[in-house]
Amino acid sequence: MAEVEIKQENMVYGKSKLMLPNVMHYCPGCSHGTVHKLVAEVIEEMGLEHDTIGVSPVGCSVFAYNYIDIDWAEAAHGRACAVATAVKRLHPEKMVFTYQGDGDLSAIGTGETIHAAARGENIVAVYINNAIYGMTGGQMAPTTLLGMKTATTPYGRDPKLNGYPYKIAQMLAHLDGVCYVTRQSVHTPANVRKCKKALRHAFENAMAGKGFSLVEVVSTCNSGWKLSPVASNEWLEKNMLPFYELGDLKDNKE
Amino acid sequence: MAEKEVKLMKGNEVIAHAAIRYGCDGYFGYPITPQSEVMETLMELKPWETTGMVVLQAESEVASINMVYGGAATGKRVMTSSSSPGVSLMSEGLSYLAGAELPCVVVNCQRGGPGLGTIQPSQGDYFQACKGGAHGDFHLIVLAPNSVQEMHDFVGLAFDLAFKYRNPAMILADGAIGQMMEKVVLAPQRARKTNEEIAEECKSWAIYGKPESRERNVVTSLELQSEVMEKINLRLQAKYKAMEDNEVRYEAIECDDAEYVIVAFGSSARICSATVEMARAEGIKLGLLRPITLYPFPKNPIRELAERGVKGFLSAELNAGQMVEDVRMAVNGMAPVEHYGRQGGMMFSPDEVLMALKEKLINKK
Repeated sequence: MAEVEIKQENMVYGKSKLMLPNVMHYCPGCSHGTVHKLVAEVIEEMGLEHDTIGVSPVGCSVFAYNYIDIDWAEAAHGRACAVATAVKRLHPEKMVFTYQGDGDLSAIGTGETIHAAARGENIVAVYINNAIYGMTGGQMAPTTLLGMKTATTPYGRDPKLNGYPYKIAQMLAHLDGVCYVTRQSVHTPANVRKCKKALRHAFENAMAGKGFSLVEVVSTCNSGWKLSPVASNEWLEKNMLPFYELGDLKDNKE
Repeated sequence: MAEKEVKLMKGNEVIAHAAIRYGCDGYFGYPITPQSEVMETLMELKPWETTGMVVLQAESEVASINMVYGGAATGKRVMTSSSSPGVSLMSEGLSYLAGAELPCVVVNCQRGGPGLGTIQPSQGDYFQACKGGAHGDFHLIVLAPNSVQEMHDFVGLAFDLAFKYRNPAMILADGAIGQMMEKVVLAPQRARKTNEEIAEECKSWAIYGKPESRERNVVTSLELQSEVMEKINLRLQAKYKAMEDNEVRYEAIECDDAEYVIVAFGSSARICSATVEMARAEGIKLGLLRPITLYPFPKNPIRELAERGVKGFLSAELNAGQMVEDVRMAVNGMAPVEHYGRQGGMMFSPDEVLMALKEKLINKK
């Protein structure tokens, strides 16, 4: 196929140059791809591509390092905030962020998350909450909604048997070391734009040394939810957002 | 600092001084008896105001070893210290550090176990330290100090070996070495590596923000393609083989004409050196072989002693018999190999070991 030359005046949108040309392993319709793109755009627009270190988790986004062209460390399950703490303490002039799912950040890594936040580490945690364990095949997450069916709650999450879902964003917002907590989504174009703004704000906080920022992204997992991408977006709006309400929970101006 | 600096110090305190003087960039730890003086001393010395070294008290040993992982990933010289139960919590992290081929130093000031056990000295973590101690096929470099001076010197040696092989190195001490006070000659202050030096020396693997001059680096232990993972495993094993070929360290005391040899490390070896003196005074030709590197283990020197005709070996350890297995493998049936040990935080005396030697080897019919 002949290369089509795009005139500059006709160019309305381009892929961030930090997005690597690797085929993504994410399922079609998954929110990860969109959030990766936003993170890449924010890093590029802030001119931080040579000064950013990402810490990827265990879970679906374990391979985040295959898609954004920056230096990465792949952390053990749940330990990303501890790993990022040391990277930032040893390189205080660099931008350091973690990219974690709900299992990684709010189940096995709860301790590392809370203490990095409480210490006020100048890092950003990007938190993908799709209420399910995607990578291992759709088991219950700490964020799984009541009544929601997963591989380990085949009859629906029952609080007597499985306990209640919890909102780690609300918990972190109370901590003095935390400067910014927001909950976003990327299921509509308007939400994608808001989410990018939130990510940019969080990254700016980290570079300004204001403390810990959490950007939660209420996300879809159409494979785990066993819904089409479109139906997943609708399910998210109807079921996830009433419990995981969107908006800023904390934004310290200082 | 032209004059030699000689101080009287605890083993744990000297770890802190040595870390600073050998140019360590970061210490991440969690308090546990009997090694809490390491972090206490660092906090008192405030190296962030002098050399710029980072010191951070983590919320757990799980966090501190993962901070070490993060710091090591940037090419910095980072370390932690703990004691037996805390080191168990670190074992996941140690496996990841070995898998991602990251250099770091971990001090284990052993106490008695299993479980919460006791806070008194023990050598019950030999298997854990030398046989991997976590999932997957890997080895730590393991150094066993027998004095406060070696606690000091081995911090520098451990960093050098860790960076030479890009592998975690452990200083396997115990509560006795950590708590006892001795004279120590402190090393002159070594400058910390600059970011530019690290970027030059570690550019093929470390992460510190991708400059235009190179591709991005990814620090990971993950490889889902079995054909590729096997190649990584083989490369790691070749590295361990190189350590075995090049890094064995030991001390042989009175071994040249010895008819019997005690093998002992760390605080046990210190005690057994007195056993050798007592035995020699009685006319028993006894020697002591002290492994300084527990991994790689001094197999060949022990085998050579057996080949030369040593009549029996006694592995004296503060455990139920762990290193004795490696001694037996080295001797390979050429002579009897017995174990003598105390447990639960109890230590043996030199004459107790001599009695065990007589009973188990010399007078055995």
